[in-house]
Amino acid sequence: MNTERAQIHLPAFLTKYRFLIKQLVMRDFKTKYKRSVLGVLWSFLNPLLTMTIQYIVFSTLFRSDIPNFIIYLLSGIICYNFFAETAGLCLSSIVANAPLIHKVYLPKYIYPFSRALSSSINLLLSLLPLLLMMLLTRTPITPAILLLPFALLMLFLFSYGIGLLLATLMVFFRDTQFLWGVLSMLWMYLTPIFYPETIIPQAFLGVYKLNPLYHILRFVRTLLMSGISPPPRAYLYCLLLCTVPLLLGLWIFRGKQDRFILYI
Amino acid sequence: MITVSQVDICYRMPHDKIQSMKEYLVALLHGKLRYDFFYALHDVSFHVGRGEVLGILGDNGAGKSTLLKVIAGILKPTSGSVRIRGNVVPMLELGSGFDYDLTGRENIFLNGAILGYSEKFLQEKFREIVAFSELEAFLDVPVRNYSSGMVMRLAFSIASVVEPDVLIVDEILAVGDVPFQEKSYARMLELMHRGTTVLLVSHNLEQIQRLCDRVLWLKDGRVVCINKTKPVCDAYVKGKRP
Repeated sequence: MNTERAQIHLPAFLTKYRFLIKQLVMRDFKTKYKRSVLGVLWSFLNPLLTMTIQYIVFSTLFRSDIPNFIIYLLSGIICYNFFAETAGLCLSSIVANAPLIHKVYLPKYIYPFSRALSSSINLLLSLLPLLLMMLLTRTPITPAILLLPFALLMLFLFSYGIGLLLATLMVFFRDTQFLWGVLSMLWMYLTPIFYPETIIPQAFLGVYKLNPLYHILRFVRTLLMSGISPPPRAYLYCLLLCTVPLLLGLWIFRGKQDRFILYI
Repeated sequence: MITVSQVDICYRMPHDKIQSMKEYLVALLHGKLRYDFFYALHDVSFHVGRGEVLGILGDNGAGKSTLLKVIAGILKPTSGSVRIRGNVVPMLELGSGFDYDLTGRENIFLNGAILGYSEKFLQEKFREIVAFSELEAFLDVPVRNYSSGMVMRLAFSIASVVEPDVLIVDEILAVGDVPFQEKSYARMLELMHRGTTVLLVSHNLEQIQRLCDRVLWLKDGRVVCINKTKPVCDAYVKGKRP
């Protein structure tokens, strides 16, 4: 069938399905806030409230001596939330769209992709409170902030890759959703979101270095808090550690997608 | 226009009931995983020319809907191939792309996009869709508050606004009340006269006889015969091959 080829050529795929992707993203976004009073304000409020709670906990109960802790914490929360949200949304994307998959032929990448995109809109919105807090804490804003899109793109690719893996697994193995709940919590603790890197035990450092989120967070914090570009090595780490899960996710998803319909 | 050659759809069903992961692993290790094979379609081949209306007949479970799904590209054949030239609009289950929390207006765009329409096309045809559905007054109401007849009317109006090269229809000529049924029937006839190739599954023999040029009779996943409408319908009624 002629439609199959579209998946290989990404630009052609994007032009052909741009309108559909736009519609699906709009749907996700509209239905998410449809019946809430504050609506889209939640995209701003959520990271701010999480940050406030964690800030209180970690600046009173546990003393932390991280300089500019507010920005440290907020950047960590925003990046991790995006990862967790994207992976979670992608996870259910195939199973939840079962009625559509049974009735219309569409490249199946579309379902997780549109969800990852709607989650990205959320990410972009939550950058506003981050910017606001930077101004309030008088963190100097330097041209280095222009490199932020690179880090966010890496974060997107990584999260989408994990999302594809989870979506595939979920089709064949519904326990994935519960496993992922536990795993994502573990992942949160294995990422220095609210604690300083200095407390990581030497023995665990190897594990951390394999965690793409660790590198992305370091990258983002160097940009925002030191106001300089990270060393070239950091770019390489991010690029490598994010594209490998992405390619793996694409490969596995692609190999299994024709069998999805038999299991949903 | 459509060439279906030697299509098989084969489902694998575990022979023994395996209830848990442990049983599965045990069976796997002992090499005792046995499967039954079920052919939903077996060695199905036929060709449909441009502008032809092909009816598909068969008892429940004969594989009619499966065949439509294979042609629509939703199911991939286990073996064999399907070649189609032109764009295909499947009307398999109307309204399956609706989001019930969104309004009728929003759903027109969402569902249109799912069916592969472009944004420009939808904007041009928006009035036409709304007029055909007779739902002007309810456009900004969430679809969850629609009656099921209203949902079907909206869905049919969206699906039938295009002039596809190939239209795949599964028992949907009974949409809404009698006046709307007549209207949608007239719309289908109009599409057929304009040279759209149509594949039509229906249990309504009279409808098939009125609309179709040729009829394919499926039984247990196999083609019994494919021929001019009259002889196949007669044979189907008698339950014997012609």
